[in-house]
Amino acid sequence: MFSKILIANRGEIACRVIKTARKMGIKTVAVYSDADKDALHVEMADEAVHIGPPQAAQSYLIAEKIVEACKLTGAEAVHPGYGFLSERASFPKLLAEHGIVFIGPNPHAIDAMGDKIESKKAAAAANVSTVPGYLGVLENGTEAAKIADEIGYPVMIKASAGGGGKGMRIAYSRDEVQDGFDRAKSEAKSSFGDDRVFVEKFIVDPRHIEIQVLGDKHGNVIYLGERECSIQRRNQKVVEEAPSPLLDEATRKKMGEQAVALAKAVGYDSAGTVEFVAGQDKSFYFLEMNTRLQVEHPVTELITGIDLVEQMIRVAAGEPLSITQDDVKLTGWAVESRIYAEDPYRNFLPSTGRLVRYRPPAEGKDGPITVRNDTGVYEGGEISIFYDPMIAKLVTHAPTRAIAIEAQADALDAFAIDGIGHNIPFLSALMSHPRWRDGRLSTGFIAEEYPDGFHARAPEGELVHTLSAVAAVIDHIHNARKRHISGQTSGVPVAFAKRRIVHLSAAEETLSTPCEVEAVDGGYKVQIFDADGTAGHTHLLRSTWKPGDVVWTGTIDADQVAVQVRTIPNGYLLAHRGIATKARVYTELSASLAALMPKKETAGGGKELLCPMPGLVVSIAVTPGQEVKNGEILAIVEAMKMENVLRAERDGVIKAVHAKAGDSLAVDAVILEFA
Amino acid sequence: MKDILEELESRRSVARLGGGARRIEAQHARGKLTARERIELLLDRGTFEEYDTFVQHRCVDFGMADQKVPGDGVVTGWGTVNGRKVFVFAKDFTVFGGSLSEEHARKITKIQDMALKTRAPIIGLFDAGGARIQEGVAALGGYGEVFKRNVVASGVIPQISLIMGPCAGGDVYSPAMTDFIFMVRDTSYMFVTGPEVVKTVTNETVTSEELGGAKVHTTKSSVADGSYENDVEMLLETRRLIDFLPSNNQEGAPEWPSFDDPGRYDQSLDTLVPDNPNKPYDIKELILKVVDEGDFFEIQAAYARNMVTGFGRIEGRTVGFVANQPMVLAGVLDSDASRKAARFVRFCDAFEIPIVTFVDVPGFLPGTAQEYGGLIKHGAKLLFAYSQATVPLVTVITRKAFGGAYDVMASKHVGADVNYAWPTAQIAVMGAKGAVEIIFRADMGDPDKIAAQTKNYEERFLSPFVAAERGYVDEVIMPHSTRRRLARALAMLRTKKLEQPSRKHDNMPL
Repeated sequence: MFSKILIANRGEIACRVIKTARKMGIKTVAVYSDADKDALHVEMADEAVHIGPPQAAQSYLIAEKIVEACKLTGAEAVHPGYGFLSERASFPKLLAEHGIVFIGPNPHAIDAMGDKIESKKAAAAANVSTVPGYLGVLENGTEAAKIADEIGYPVMIKASAGGGGKGMRIAYSRDEVQDGFDRAKSEAKSSFGDDRVFVEKFIVDPRHIEIQVLGDKHGNVIYLGERECSIQRRNQKVVEEAPSPLLDEATRKKMGEQAVALAKAVGYDSAGTVEFVAGQDKSFYFLEMNTRLQVEHPVTELITGIDLVEQMIRVAAGEPLSITQDDVKLTGWAVESRIYAEDPYRNFLPSTGRLVRYRPPAEGKDGPITVRNDTGVYEGGEISIFYDPMIAKLVTHAPTRAIAIEAQADALDAFAIDGIGHNIPFLSALMSHPRWRDGRLSTGFIAEEYPDGFHARAPEGELVHTLSAVAAVIDHIHNARKRHISGQTSGVPVAFAKRRIVHLSAAEETLSTPCEVEAVDGGYKVQIFDADGTAGHTHLLRSTWKPGDVVWTGTIDADQVAVQVRTIPNGYLLAHRGIATKARVYTELSASLAALMPKKETAGGGKELLCPMPGLVVSIAVTPGQEVKNGEILAIVEAMKMENVLRAERDGVIKAVHAKAGDSLAVDAVILEFA
Repeated sequence: MKDILEELESRRSVARLGGGARRIEAQHARGKLTARERIELLLDRGTFEEYDTFVQHRCVDFGMADQKVPGDGVVTGWGTVNGRKVFVFAKDFTVFGGSLSEEHARKITKIQDMALKTRAPIIGLFDAGGARIQEGVAALGGYGEVFKRNVVASGVIPQISLIMGPCAGGDVYSPAMTDFIFMVRDTSYMFVTGPEVVKTVTNETVTSEELGGAKVHTTKSSVADGSYENDVEMLLETRRLIDFLPSNNQEGAPEWPSFDDPGRYDQSLDTLVPDNPNKPYDIKELILKVVDEGDFFEIQAAYARNMVTGFGRIEGRTVGFVANQPMVLAGVLDSDASRKAARFVRFCDAFEIPIVTFVDVPGFLPGTAQEYGGLIKHGAKLLFAYSQATVPLVTVITRKAFGGAYDVMASKHVGADVNYAWPTAQIAVMGAKGAVEIIFRADMGDPDKIAAQTKNYEERFLSPFVAAERGYVDEVIMPHSTRRRLARALAMLRTKKLEQPSRKHDNMPL
C-alpha cells in the first residue's frame, strides 16, 4: 500500500479523498492555486503544494505541475478526483513515466471510452444495449424513412457535428421524416458547416440511470447497483438517488451485467460509471462511460457500505478486489442534493463571494437515518469565480425512499447558508414535489415542472400552522425577555395581550392565524384559533432555539422540524420546505391596523438593470433612447465562464447605459437605466 | 350623579373621534392611521394616558369661533414602551389638518415640560399642515415655545420625531432639533417651503416626493435617519429603537438578559479581511457577528454609506457602533461620513452609551468637491466629537488606519480607552506606494529600487506592530476573539469617570 498520495483536485472531492486516505493511514498531499490558499482541502491535507494562479488552465489542469508536486513531496500515487485531469489518458501516461501510480483506470480504458462514437462501437461489440439507429451518414430522406421504419417511431434525426439542440428533429411518423431530414440537414449546415445527419430511436421521457462498476488489475469487475440522476437542470445533475425507483431486480441485473461486460471488454481496472438512458418501460440504452469517480458516488457508498475511494486506492496499489458480486447487497435508499452557489430566484445565476454563514446539519447516524455532507468549504470561506460553484453534497440514507426523502428535506431545512445565493430553497421545494415523491421522473422533470423558473412556494395547508406556531413562539421568547428590560416604571406592571395574530406573506395575500402561546414544562403550547375565534388545534413545540439562532430546530408535537429564521423589520423571514414567507406576529389591534396598510408594488422591474453577479460585460444590446419590450435581451454578462443573458423585465425605454463590453462589474453595479 | 359620570364618557367619545368618521376614513384611504391608532401601536396596551383631551382653540377670526374640536388637532399624553415611560404627542390630521394653533402648541409644550421634568423620552408624531393661518402670529409664537423646549431638552432626554404625513414650514424645525427623525415611505414628506412656493420663487417644478420624500431625506439631505414601509412598521420599529435608548442622560443605557455568550468566538472573522488590500469586505458582517444575537439597529443606513453607525448590545447593554465601510468608497472619510458619525458619537456621549469603533480607513477623500465643501471643518466635527467624548471608547483597527483619519477614528491620542488592532491592521501615514514615492522621489526612475523600498515600507509600517511598540494600540488581537475582547473592555470601563473642564459650552466647528 502507498504511504503517501497526492490529490490532484480541490474542493469537496479533494476533502473526500483525504478522509479515506487518512482512515487508511495514508499521508496526503494537497495541491492548490492562489485562489485556494486558505481552502479546506489544503488545511485537511498533511502537506500542500502551490501549483499556480487561480485559473485552472494554469494550475489544476497542468499535469507537469502535479508530477513536480509528487516529486517534491514523495507522493507515490495520484488521485485525480473528478473533472480537471481525471479523464485525460495522457495524465496517467505521464505519471507512469515518472513512476507515479494513477489512482484510476489505465489509459487504454480512458481512451477507449473517451470518444463518443468509439465507445458506442465498443459497447455494441460487447453486446451492450445501444440506442437503435444508423450511425452512418444518411443520403436522403427516403433512406432515412426506411431506416426509421426499421427502428420504430419516434425517431430523432441528428446532426453528426451537433450539439445544443441544433440540427435535431424528432419524427413521430414516416411523413415527418422527410421534412425532419431536410430541416436537420439545413440547420446542421448553417450551424456547424457540416450537413451530415444520422437517425436513431428517440426515447420519450427518458430517464438517466447509471451503473457503478469496480474493477481491479486482475481482470475482476463487479457492479455496485445503479444510481438515477434524472433530476437535471440544463444537463447538469441536481439530485441523485440510489437505487432507481424505476428498476426491478431483473433489469438491474441485466444493466449491471452489460456494464460489467463493457468494462471487461476495455480492460477497466478502477471505479467507473456506465451511463444509460432508460425509457419509462425499463428499456435502456448505453450512453457513455465515465472513467472516473462520479460526483454522485456517495449514494452508492451509502446503499452498499463500500468506500469507493478506498477501493480505488487498493486496486491502484495492485490488490485484487476483496468483494465479489455476491457480496454486494443494496440496503435502503440514498438521496443526494447538490447544493450550488446559484440564485434560484434569479434564474439560477451563479453567485459568488464570501460564505458569511455556513452551518450544515449535523452529520452521522441517528436511528435509521444517516446524514452525510461532503463539502470543501467553511464559514468565512469564499466561493470563487474560478471553479465549479458547488458548495456541498448533502446525502441522506434511510431504509426506504420515502424516509430518505423526508430526511433529505429535513436536512435541507436545517442547512444555513448566508452571504451568497444558493439553491436550497429550490431543492427543498423539490423534495416536497409530489411527482418527485412518486418517483415519476424524467430528464425533463425540471423543465416540465418549473417552466417559468422557480418561485418560492407559498405557505399552504398544515405548513401554515407549523410556520405560524414557530413564529409565535419565537415572538413569545422575545416578548418574555422585553419584560426584563431595566428602567421600567414602577407600579402596575404592563399586561401584554396574550392573543397573537400571525401574518404570513403568501404570493398575493396575507395568511392570518390567531393563536395563543403558553410556556409549559419543556416547551410551548400554541393554541390555534379559527378566524371566527373558536379554538382549533393545539400544538406542543419544543426547541432549544434562542434569539440570534438562524435555524429553529425542534419538535412540533411528534414531528422533527427545522425552520430557517432571519430577522427583517418588524418580523421574521421564515424558510421551510421551499417556502419563503415573511412572518409578522401582531396583537389583535396591530393586526387590524396592519390590514389597513396600503399594498405597495414590490421592487422588481426597477428602474435600473443591475449586474446580477460579479462578471465581465460581453455585450450591451441596447442604446440610450431605445424602446425595449419585456423579455428583450439587454446585455450579456459572463461569469464563471457562463454567459448570462440579461433580459428586460418589463417594457420601457433605455435612459442611459453605464457599462460597456469588456467592463468588469461587481454584483449590483448599474448596467443601464430605464427612463 | 351617574349622568354626570356619563357626561364625561360621552365627551370623551366625541373627542376620540377627532375630525369625525368621514375624515378618519379619508385618512385610512391615504394609507395612514389616525393619531390615536398610532399611539396605540407605539405604546404598551392600555398604558396611554391622554391629557388635555378637551382643550380647544380660542381663535375667533375667520369664522373659527364656530369650528371647535376637542383636542384641537393634537393628541398628547404618556404611556410606556415595554414598561418604560415615554411621552407622546401626535398631530391629528383629521382635525384642522393637524395645524398648529396657540392651544395646540401649549398642549405640546406641556408634555415637553413633563418629559423633561421626569427625564423620560419624548416622541412626536407629525402629520400636519403647518401653522393655523387663521391664528397668525399666535401660532408662530406657539412654534417658538416648542422649539425652545426641544433645545433645552436636547442631550437630557431622547427626542424622536416620526414623520407620518406632511411636515412643512414651521413644523419641520421641531423635528430638526430632535435626536432622530424617521419617515414613512411614500406617505410622508418634509420641506421648509412646498412645491407651489418653489415654483413661484425659483420657477422650478418639483413634486413633494422629489422635494422632501423619504428617499431624498434618507439618501441626499441626511435630514432623516431612516425610513419605513408604512405606519405600522415604523411604530413597531420605534419601539425596538426605544429598547436601545436610555431614558435620559443620567440613567445609563437599558439592560436586559442576553441569550448570547459574551465569550463567543467566531472563527469566520479570521478570514473577514481579504488578502488583497484593495478588496473590500462588509464591515457590517463584523458588527452583526460581535453584537448580541446579531441584533443591530442602524442609523442613517442609506446616507454616507462609507460610514456605518447604529446601536447594538453587548452583554445585554446598549453600545453605539461606528465603523468605516470598505464596501463603499473604500471606507474613506468624506464630509458626509464625518458629519454622520460625528452626530452619532455626540448622541452616544450625551446619553452615556459606550462607543465601539471599527477602523478601516484609507484617509480623507481628496478633491476640489470635498475641499470646497468644507471637508476640513466637517472632518473636524468627527475629531471634535470623539475628542470630547467621556463615555467608554473601545477601538478595533481591522485593516487600514492611514494618515489623519487614523487620529480621527477614535485613536488613543484623542481619548479612546482601549485600542485593539487585528494582525491585518496597517497603521501608517499612507499606503506603501505613496509613501515610497515621496520618501524616495530621487529614485523614481529606478523601478527595482522603488519596489524594494515599497516592500521595506510595507514590512516596517503596514502592520499593527509599530503602533503596538509605542503603545498606541493596547493589544493586537485575534479577529475571532473580538466579541470577547469588546465585552471585557466594556465591562472594565463601566466605572469610567472623566470630567471635562467647566465651561459654558464648547465651540464645535459647525
